[in-house]
Amino acid sequence: MSAHQAGQWPSAAPRPQINRRRRTLTVIVCTAAFIIAAWLGGYLVNLEKLATNLQSRNHAPSLQYLFGTDWLGRDMFTRTVKGLGLSIQVGLLASVSSGVIAVMLGLLASMGKIADRIVSWLIDAFLSVPHLVSLILLAFVMGGGMKGVVIGIALTHWPSLARIIRAEVMQLKSAKYVQISRRMGRSSWWIATRHMVPHLLPQLFVGVLLMFPHAILHEAAISFIGLGLSPHQPAIGIILSESMRYLSMGMWWLAFFPGLCLLLVVRSFDVLGERLRGLVDPRRSRE
Amino acid sequence: MRLEAKKLGYRYANDAWLFRKFDLSLQQGETVGLVGPSGRGKTTLARILAGYDTPLEGTVMLDGQPLPKRGYHPVQLVFQHPEEAVNPRWRIGRILNEGGQPDPFLLQELGIDQGWLERWPGELSGGELQRFCVARALGPQTRFLIADEMTTMLDAVSQAQVWHSVLAIAKQRNLGLLVISHEPSLIRRLCDRVIEWESLVH
Ligand SMILES: Nc1ncnc2c1ncn2[C@@H]1O[C@H](COP(=O)(O)OP(=O)(O)OP(=O)(O)O)[C@@H](O)[C@H]1O
Ligand SMILES: [Mg+2]
Repeated sequence: MSAHQAGQWPSAAPRPQINRRRRTLTVIVCTAAFIIAAWLGGYLVNLEKLATNLQSRNHAPSLQYLFGTDWLGRDMFTRTVKGLGLSIQVGLLASVSSGVIAVMLGLLASMGKIADRIVSWLIDAFLSVPHLVSLILLAFVMGGGMKGVVIGIALTHWPSLARIIRAEVMQLKSAKYVQISRRMGRSSWWIATRHMVPHLLPQLFVGVLLMFPHAILHEAAISFIGLGLSPHQPAIGIILSESMRYLSMGMWWLAFFPGLCLLLVVRSFDVLGERLRGLVDPRRSRE
Repeated sequence: MRLEAKKLGYRYANDAWLFRKFDLSLQQGETVGLVGPSGRGKTTLARILAGYDTPLEGTVMLDGQPLPKRGYHPVQLVFQHPEEAVNPRWRIGRILNEGGQPDPFLLQELGIDQGWLERWPGELSGGELQRFCVARALGPQTRFLIADEMTTMLDAVSQAQVWHSVLAIAKQRNLGLLVISHEPSLIRRLCDRVIEWESLVH
């Protein structure tokens, strides 16, 4: 196969590019597959294994119990997979909501000078408050739980994406074909939905993907301190905070595997997002 | 109908004024040429007349009324470069219909091939694409057409074809045309009268 291709491309220049492209595609497919597997895994796990089983308490990792079991005899592999599924679920809801807010405000900014002032002010105001502070406050006000976490993350994570979208919208607004559309009698809303949104979709998709890592880590963080998902759900944050008490007893596997898997998922989203951004917008990805 | 520019003045940021106290009047049904050296503000003037930019001084009036801010603009402008004037993500057919259904007679006159309607803008030559921009600008509500070096990129035969059809439509609908060009022969052939940029700007 490679010999065949070497024959097809006698000059030296195109080959590294093809190799880089192929490597990029491989990375994209692998990370996407891993993420999808983790997500679907959360639905497919055998729920019986989540139940306590006092006969099999405190097992270290083995072939039978890949990630070991905890002090109640629950299988840590199953709990981890379920937890990752929950993390991705929360990440999905929160990131997509954030993306919707970002697009709405970005488009609103195109409607007029005053609208743009308001949007820019909102972006700056939200950016000036540290995520975790406003997130904890919001989650606390919402009374914790899945809904509180999702709303909290959605409301705190839109500004940086909104800023990118707004810049893009402003550039589009001065495009000749958009100005012509207006002289053809088309309304701002019509132009926003027909001309702008399709143009923004790739950017938006990547932006939302890159929001996942933040959303997932923040969810884990506030679940860890007890303001997030309910302790009855095997969220990674809950697993980590519960296992803290047992670490000193040498049960390292309780925190190690769930934590590692969480980092792997987060890193996968990061890599996937960056690679896709490289395809969508090579200029920005090099920054 | 009468398109009138009164005491127009414009400049970009703090650059020198491109023109001040600029007066121009265009009657429905007449074809007027505008010639002048490069970089003096002809395109800028065209943008103002078609409502793309607001003049810093003076007003543009249509039958004594200010130009409408919303809705279909009765003064349409065809730009020199059609590639920038179309959304690259839209098929030609959709681009053509943006201002409403175009006149089938006009499409035929302009030499527009039905097969082109299915293509993307990148799949047409500049000259072919420009025909669509012309057709789009000649919607039923257009009263004045400003052609800013509209056919510069076309060969002589296509240029003649496009102008022939635009003049036919203009005559049929009693439109006013303002032709901006660097080609004296073209202007002489098309226009009822010619305005020298230098004679209007002091
Ligand atoms: N958006 C802009 N910002 C700043 N300066 C501009 C802008 N557009 C045009 N200019 C400047 O204004 C002047 C007039 O430009 P314009 O395009 O109106 O000239 P023109 O008469 O149409 O020239 P040509 O015959 O070459 O088309 C030029 O010096 C140009 O550099
Ligand atoms: Mg010009």
